[in-house]
This record gives sequence, C-alpha cells and structure tokens, in this order.
Amino acid sequence: MYVQKLATGIPGFDFISNGGLPKGRNTLITGTSGSAKTIFTVQFLAEGILQANENGVFITFEESPEDIRKNMHGLGWDIRKWESEGKWAFVDASPQIEGGVIIVGKFDLEGLLIRIKRAIDKVGAKRVSMDSLGAIFTQLSSIPIIRSELFRISVELKQMGVTSIMTAERTQEYGDISRYGVEEFVADNVIILRNVLEAEKRRRTLEILKFRGTNHQKGEYPFSVVPEKGIIVIPLSAIELKHKSSMVRISCGNDELDKMCGGGFFRDSIILVSGATGCGKTLMTTEFIAGGAKKDERCLLFAFEESSDQLFRNASGWSHDFEKMENEGKLRVVCTYPETTGLEEHLIRMKTEIDRFKPNRVAIDSLSALERISTIKGFREFVIDLTSFIKHQEIAGLFTATTPTLTGGTSVTETHISTITDSIILLRYVEMYGEMRRGITVLKMRGSAHNKDIREVTIDNHGMHIGKSFTNVSGILAGRPMQIPAGELDRINTLFTDEAK
Amino acid sequence: MSKYVLRLYVTGNTERSKLAIVNLRSICENELHGMYSLEVIDILEHPQLAEDEKILATPTLIKELPPPIRRIIGDMSATGKVLLGLDLKSKISEDDNDM
Repeated sequence: MYVQKLATGIPGFDFISNGGLPKGRNTLITGTSGSAKTIFTVQFLAEGILQANENGVFITFEESPEDIRKNMHGLGWDIRKWESEGKWAFVDASPQIEGGVIIVGKFDLEGLLIRIKRAIDKVGAKRVSMDSLGAIFTQLSSIPIIRSELFRISVELKQMGVTSIMTAERTQEYGDISRYGVEEFVADNVIILRNVLEAEKRRRTLEILKFRGTNHQKGEYPFSVVPEKGIIVIPLSAIELKHKSSMVRISCGNDELDKMCGGGFFRDSIILVSGATGCGKTLMTTEFIAGGAKKDERCLLFAFEESSDQLFRNASGWSHDFEKMENEGKLRVVCTYPETTGLEEHLIRMKTEIDRFKPNRVAIDSLSALERISTIKGFREFVIDLTSFIKHQEIAGLFTATTPTLTGGTSVTETHISTITDSIILLRYVEMYGEMRRGITVLKMRGSAHNKDIREVTIDNHGMHIGKSFTNVSGILAGRPMQIPAGELDRINTLFTDEAK
Repeated sequence: MSKYVLRLYVTGNTERSKLAIVNLRSICENELHGMYSLEVIDILEHPQLAEDEKILATPTLIKELPPPIRRIIGDMSATGKVLLGLDLKSKISEDDNDM
C-alpha cells in the first residue's frame, strides 16, 4: 500500500517533501532551542485552516496557550479568532503553577489521551500538533512509562486518521536526534530543523531525515522565518531546469550593444555584466531600464550599493529621467543595504517584490554586494534560486558583478552563475599610452551569434557610446594589454588565409 | 488538624484505578482519621472535569486543601511518598522508594 501525502501549505516544504507530510501518520520535528520548532507546529495548523479548510488541535506541553496566541500574532495568525470559529482547539498540558508534582507509583497518560480525542472530535480536526515532548519528560520524569505512553498516543492518533507532528529538543546541531533518545522511535518520520552558526552568520536549514515508506528530497534546505508569513523553505537543488525559451529579442537600451548581441537580449534571458568599479555597470543597468521603459515595459531595480537619490541623480546625469518613469508606473526602485538582513530573507523579499510588481525587466546592481553578507555556499544557493525564479517568470534579468581587481579578474559571483546566465558582458579597463580606457565585449550569448570584438566604450552626459575595436591590442581580459605593431597585425591576418590556399 | 479536601482522577474501572482507590483509602483511614473528604472522579464519564483541571496522567490525586495545592501522580503504591505529598511526613525513608 502506498503512502499518501498531505500538502502542508508551508511554502517550499511541500516541494522538498515531494508533496507534504505522510498522511494519517506521525512526524517528529526535532531541533535545538530557537530552531523554529514551535513556529513549524503552529504554521502546520494555520496553513491547514487558511488553505485547506482543515481544522487543527494544538497540544502544548511547554508554553501556555495564552503565550502561543500572543507570540504567533506577529506572524499573522489570529488563533483566538480560529478558536471562536471552532477551527482550532488547544489541549493545555503545560506545567501548572502549583506546589509541584510527586510521582507515587505507576501511571499512564490516559487523561491526556481522552482530552486529545475530545478536542479532535470537537473541531473535527485533520491535523494535530504537539509541542514539545521534552517538557512532558521533565514534568513526569519517568522515561520508560512516557515512552510507551507516547507510542500509544501516536497509534491512537493514526487510528483516528489525523496527520500529526510533534517536536523534541536536541542539544547539538549535529548529534543525537533528540535529547531523551526515545522520541524518534515513536514517530514514523523525522524532520530536523537547524540553526547553525557558520562564519558568524546564522543559517536556518530543514532536513527530512526519514519518511517511512515514501520518498522525499535529501539534504539540508535553507529556510527563513518571515514576519506575517512564517516559515518559507527555499527548495534549491530541487529546482527543475524547465524553462520555456523565447526567441523574442528586447533592446538592452543601447543600439550598438544590441548589434553586438546579434539584435538584442532574448526576452527571457539572464544577463551578467561584470566589471571593476567605475567602468560603467550602473550605467548599463540604467540604460537597460530606460530601454524597457521606452517600450512601455515595467522595470524593477534592486540596488544594494547606492541610495535611490544617488541612482536618480546618476540617471539624470546620463539624460535618463527615472522620476518620470516612476511616476508613470514603469519603474520601481528598491534600495536596501545588504547588511540589513540575512541572505535568505533578501531572497524572499526580492521574490515578493517581483510577484507584486510583475515587471518585464529586473535589474540587480550589484549582485556581488550580497556576497559579503553570506558564506560562499549560502551565496551560491541564493544565486541559483534567484536566477531560476526569474527565469520561471519569463522576464529579462540583468545582474551586475564587481570584479575585485581593476584590470582583468573574475568575482565569486561570476564563478557561481556564469554557467546559469544566458549572456555575459565584460566591461574592462584597458591601460594604453598612460591612460585608462574602457573596453566592452560580449563573452557569451546563448542561442545567438554575436560580435566577438573588444570595443572601446566612452561615457558622457548622454550615456554610453561604443566605439571601434581594440584591434591592435591583446591581453585585455587577462589584465595585461599589449600593443601589436601594425606590420605584425597584417601578417597575423593573412596567416590563416595563406594556409587555406 | 485541618480538614483535607482530596480529589482523585481515574479512568474507568481498570486494575490501576482500583489499586489507586484502595491504596489511597487505606492511607486516609490510617493517617487522617476521618478528617478528610475524598471525591473519586472517572474522567471517562466526566471529560470536562479533566479538561478543567488539565489532567495529563492518571491516576492523579489533587490535594486541594490544606494549601499548597499539590498533584500526586501514580497508583499510590509508594505510601511514603504519598504521605510526603500530603504533608504528613517531611522525609522519605529508604523503603519508600520501591515503585
């Protein structure tokens, strides 16, 4: 018999669990203190009520119902309202403030079981959450009895056909599954929530350790706890490479660059613009946006390096009126300092902005600014997820990346996304005759022919101008430009034609 | 001696329920000499009372009076500990620990 899944409604979770939690079974959620276990259990019931019209029972062994109602209000869940509508019922098993408990012989948890059954009947619950089992061990201090009683409760819940989750504390992020070492034997399925400190950054991840008799995605997936939403799991490697491809070209905002790209960017492509500081990346972003607005497209700009005042001033310095575009509803600029929040939350915010504004073009200036707030692994996952998300929307995305050295060089950003992007444009400084000049080349243009020259770029108050090729210079990309004498150049040009004859 | 108010919560007519009732009655007779009231509540019949008192384990004895309110959980077989819970004794002796 095969195991059915119950879609939890927790964003991203149903994807990595291949459809949700095993239906009618019991799942243990384990994690260290502060790993968002309680939020998971509350959200499991909340999404059931909000999305699936499935009522829930919450059994609390630790916090009082009043504390839970209060704490979860900030996540946008009005538990009190659901209680009055008969959709949510608490079973309060939290410690009572009294003269204490004395154990005087054998006992069972029949009292608790009767109350749970009654609550399930009362609201017609399909989902049950228990938080947290550790507290009942400290309350009643008889591990063998509690273990067998929990097992009995788990069996009874299964017989009632409800899908249940329960939490247990762990003492270490990587170690025993649960503190008392017995909780995991009670459940069919185990999920681990982690809150790891890595290179001074907190990183939350979720791992499905086992689903008895059914499949799931393996490994740790990052997640974030977002105000008004709760847990959002980011299903990185589970992303499918299934994007539709469009042959429609769009203008990048600069006629000459359009020609170099063989007629413009593809409408659903990701373009990476790489270059050292000050060599024209923000200008290219500005022209990309202006080019879109001119065609009545909607453009969304995420800026991580400059304030919106600065960006508007820059744009007007190149004869583009961002304010007008904004007033016409064609442009939205979102300026954030990378340090304001963690990378996972940046990702979720950016996705929310894209969902809300529904742009035709998205620009990020610069992507590499986000490198500094994350570990390399975290950043790579971020870039892959964001790129994939934008591609699914079938919109054009232009990202800039700052190279660490002035001439030549690559950045971490490029290493991670160069294979995912459809086009790569390099902006490079070229030192010639004691002067810094700028060069541009289209390194990659997936699905299209393109101009392979390295051409000179000049910038004035009308924007970017692409001039002639640096035909007599070599070694620009390596950062060591060398002049080639005219005579030598002629010889090279005829080298292969001679052989062909 | 002030009067004791005790309530014992059990589930149905099980061996464990019966054992708890018998053990508790004998302790009360021997130690409290009629200065008590004991109410036995079957939560299968009165689930709302279990909810009101937030009963988890059964059997649970609640000592309502004299204060402090205390919960005494189990089949009442560890007599010494029951006495301790009822404030009729201040220390556990060696042979009280057999559960």
